[in-house]
Amino acid sequence: MRNGLTYIFPVALGVAVLGVWEWAVAHYQVPRFVLPAPSAIAQSFVDDRVQLAAATWTTFRIVIEAFVLALVTGVALAILFAQSRIVELALYPYAVILQVTPVIAIAPLIVIWVGYEHIDKALLILAWIVAFFPILANTTLGLRSADRNLIDLFKLYGASRWQILWKLQLPGALPYLLGAMKISGGLALIGAVVAEFAAGTGTATGLGWTITEAGNRLHIETMFAALAILSVLGVAIFFLLSALEWALLHRWHESAISQQE
Amino acid sequence: MSPALISLHGVSKTFDSGTQAIAALDLNVRAGEFLSLVGPSGCGKSTALRIIADLIAPTAGSVTWPSGKPEIGFVFQEPTLMPWRNALDNARLPLELRGISRRDAELRSKAALERVGLAEFEKAYPRELSGGMKMRVSIARAIAAHPKLLLMDEPFAALDELTRQSLNDDLLKLAREDGITVIFVTHSVYESAYLSDRVVVMTPRPGRVTADIALSPPPTRDGAWRLTSAFTDAAGKISAALGHAMAA
Repeated sequence: MRNGLTYIFPVALGVAVLGVWEWAVAHYQVPRFVLPAPSAIAQSFVDDRVQLAAATWTTFRIVIEAFVLALVTGVALAILFAQSRIVELALYPYAVILQVTPVIAIAPLIVIWVGYEHIDKALLILAWIVAFFPILANTTLGLRSADRNLIDLFKLYGASRWQILWKLQLPGALPYLLGAMKISGGLALIGAVVAEFAAGTGTATGLGWTITEAGNRLHIETMFAALAILSVLGVAIFFLLSALEWALLHRWHESAISQQE
Repeated sequence: MSPALISLHGVSKTFDSGTQAIAALDLNVRAGEFLSLVGPSGCGKSTALRIIADLIAPTAGSVTWPSGKPEIGFVFQEPTLMPWRNALDNARLPLELRGISRRDAELRSKAALERVGLAEFEKAYPRELSGGMKMRVSIARAIAAHPKLLLMDEPFAALDELTRQSLNDDLLKLAREDGITVIFVTHSVYESAYLSDRVVVMTPRPGRVTADIALSPPPTRDGAWRLTSAFTDAAGKISAALGHAMAA
């Protein structure tokens, strides 16, 4: 019963809002370059399907690549930090600087360095910069949070550093890592779109560019269509990563208990 | 008289923070003995156990093993299980780290779980087990490696009285059957009187030995023994020594 209602209420609200929106646009004769009706946006999905599909694929590919790259480099660097205090002391401030500098401010520089002919690579780097830090910070924290007594127990039985890392620290850091992945997945999407805004029109072909370009030409319904696709992408990434989290943690982690019992 | 298994000579430990945990501790433990270390909180009992297990180095003094260093098991105050591993895989850890084949390790850890009464729960995860059951897994893990010396740091302090008594009985049985020497840290006078062949009382920090009380408990004990005058005499002696240590 409760499960049914969690879907029915939001869907009903959404349908009602779309209905009122459609009616209001027609009734008050709102110009379509200010607010297009839902039906006009739906028409844009059909008319611009080739362009929208290509843009979605471009953005999606950059997001996935940036996310995987952030995951690999973030976890690798976190492992390095957990093994060597000196490396952490030396590198951590620079990771923070990379994180706190607004990506939109670095974007023009990265685009110049990489070159307009490789704009995809520039977008990838920018999306990676945004997605990387939560993975690094949370995984480092997770690796450091291993039970002191368990570490002692491992040492008592002559475990190597590698065994402590592999059998104790990494599984213990998994809940931290999975939480960070949910944040980074969304950030990679934001990073990819913002980077495209900053890179300027005419060079990239993703959803960010579609929105800028449609805005310039007052094709507001295409802007809405691209925005809707971005939302769906963001929600899909979040749900996929939540499902992964559940699959890996529900047998043993405290975070899964309240949902089950 | 059995030979000494371990000898501590003038062992002291001062931490980097400047806190002196133990000062000039002398202690001989005989093979097969059940020895309790009793003292107020913060008297360095846990530190002494960690020095014996070679997890921390003493600042001064020496630890010697006249007949060679045996396999050591350690049980902490908390069950200290890995939440992502089920009971069997937790109990298997020491054997796994010792490089024993998975097949043998599983057979031995299954047997260990059976001996602590958890044969039915080998697939259960720690969060599905009660506090007492988790502690039983922790003990199974320690005995799976067939230790000759078992170090226990207030293992039952967080459990209710009935669970604690049944774990006391099971521990005595396991130690006797396997001929395990036990060094048991507790701040409970009654628990030490029930379990021990010998009770060593320590002073508040920095800890040193203030009383060494030999007891002669019957080899098999049960609830009835708690009602005998021998038991209450033992508890009285330990309690008096502890009071003396606190006043000193």
